[in-house]
Amino acid sequence: MSDLRSLYQEIILDHNRNPRNFRAIENADRTVEGYNPLCGDHYTIYVKFENGRIADISFQGSGCAISKASASIMSATLKGKTTEEAEALFELFHHLVKGEIDAASRLEELGKLAAFAGVSEFPARVKCASLAWHTMHGALQSNVKTVSTE
Amino acid sequence: MSIRTAQEQPKLTAGDLDLSAIRKEFPILSSMIKGQSLVYLDNAATTQKPTVVLDAVQEYYTQQNSNIHRGVHTLSERATASYEASRETVRRFLNARSTEEIVFVRGTTEAINLVASTYGRSTVREGDEILITELEHHSNIVPWQMLCGETRATLKVVPITDEGAVNLEQFEGLLSSRTKIVAISHVSNALGTVNPIKAMVAMAHERGIPVLVDGAQAVAHVEVDVLDLDCDFYTFSGHKMYGPTGVGVLYGKASLLAGMSPYQGGGDMIKSVTFEKTTYNDLPFKFEAGTPNIAGAIGLGAALKYFEALDHKALMRHEADLLTYATEQVSAVPGVRVIGTASEKVAVLSFVIDGIHPHDIGTILDEHAVAIRTGHHCAQPVMVRYGIPATARASLAIYNTREDIDRLVAGLGRVVEVFG
Repeated sequence: MSDLRSLYQEIILDHNRNPRNFRAIENADRTVEGYNPLCGDHYTIYVKFENGRIADISFQGSGCAISKASASIMSATLKGKTTEEAEALFELFHHLVKGEIDAASRLEELGKLAAFAGVSEFPARVKCASLAWHTMHGALQSNVKTVSTE
Repeated sequence: MSIRTAQEQPKLTAGDLDLSAIRKEFPILSSMIKGQSLVYLDNAATTQKPTVVLDAVQEYYTQQNSNIHRGVHTLSERATASYEASRETVRRFLNARSTEEIVFVRGTTEAINLVASTYGRSTVREGDEILITELEHHSNIVPWQMLCGETRATLKVVPITDEGAVNLEQFEGLLSSRTKIVAISHVSNALGTVNPIKAMVAMAHERGIPVLVDGAQAVAHVEVDVLDLDCDFYTFSGHKMYGPTGVGVLYGKASLLAGMSPYQGGGDMIKSVTFEKTTYNDLPFKFEAGTPNIAGAIGLGAALKYFEALDHKALMRHEADLLTYATEQVSAVPGVRVIGTASEKVAVLSFVIDGIHPHDIGTILDEHAVAIRTGHHCAQPVMVRYGIPATARASLAIYNTREDIDRLVAGLGRVVEVFG
């Protein structure tokens, strides 16, 4: 059962139960939908920029615990970050859930994102964890309206 | 919930059935997954294969491997005989009149595509209608949608009730003078509903409309007699019927098949070829271009023979009892809602749990070595009908036991614990 505990960490269960920034942003600069057709996870990510920084970021939608907690923790992490910093964290998160970096040695950079290290042991769930991040990445590009993980 | 005593809940026998003996025929059932014995409840996706099927495939490759219908050498004659013997086994299994009516294909999907692109293209015109139901699998929606796109025909859909059943009056009301084909599943893969095919066929035939039945989810669970049903086409896949993947069957009435153009051109489907003209082969070979899945067809024949030799009535009773037991036990888990409660239902238990996504259910059950399917089950319109993104689906086969259901329910208990 150690595997399961590594996937469903307390922080993930908490963000699933009480998602942060779970709301729409009126007059958002970017509104992008993310969809995982395989499992039906479906989120809309809203971003508001100010002076090259993410002044506000929020999400709405539904999906599994992993995808929802990921969207929640992502929104909390990215608020106030520059778009470059957000892109760098997207890269880092991607490597994390694919098991391509050693989470233990990069805890400082990862912060709460480290909770998703266990996802790499569950290949079927990598897309769940990444959906919000891919959608956010789409939101940082000017021409993307929807993001699909298929 | 009915009260059963311990004596009435034998784990590995059901009536006169010796489930231990049946389970021994399926080597994969003794697998260990994450240190626990496998509980396989994803049979609607694919069933496991008994040793006789694995042996038949192995025997073909070790003792008969050669191409069929052309060689004069001994191996080719043996392979051809085995392949054609399987066709006869399929004919008997479906109670078709002749082996001319049995076409080997890759699976149900290919069978439906074959009918849509041959029969469909030659009969459906602009303004015509094709009638399906709301509980179809994508493979019985998309080929017709493509045909409608090409021909500017209209796809009509019979709605289902809250229980997940087709209302016959509504079905009849949607049959019109423009309806050119009715395509319906015998059993819903997402809900387990058994459609009243015989009545539906009779209603369509009164208006001269041919009916294709998608039997993928039915053949392993209900008796199929194509003469009795009087359907015009019946399709199924080997792998949901204890046979190999990559092989399936299209049954078609000879009178219809004879008038249909070939689906693909190539070897084996011809009598003679010149650059000016090709004469097509007789039925059913006209529809089997290229070297077919010989090993698959032989394996499928072995699967059907295995299945035929079992006590059907007892097996169906066993599956029905198990479905009742599973429905009672799973419904008792806090927050569970069963999706699909039609009175005629087989082998499928689809459910959701309040506030817990089916994917999370599936992952936690997998940690307990319980394999179920989570998702939309290639039936997204059914999910839309119930306003849910997905369900968790436990689906049964002849080798499942009450212990399997108990393990499922214990796993669900853990799911509720983690997310409660």
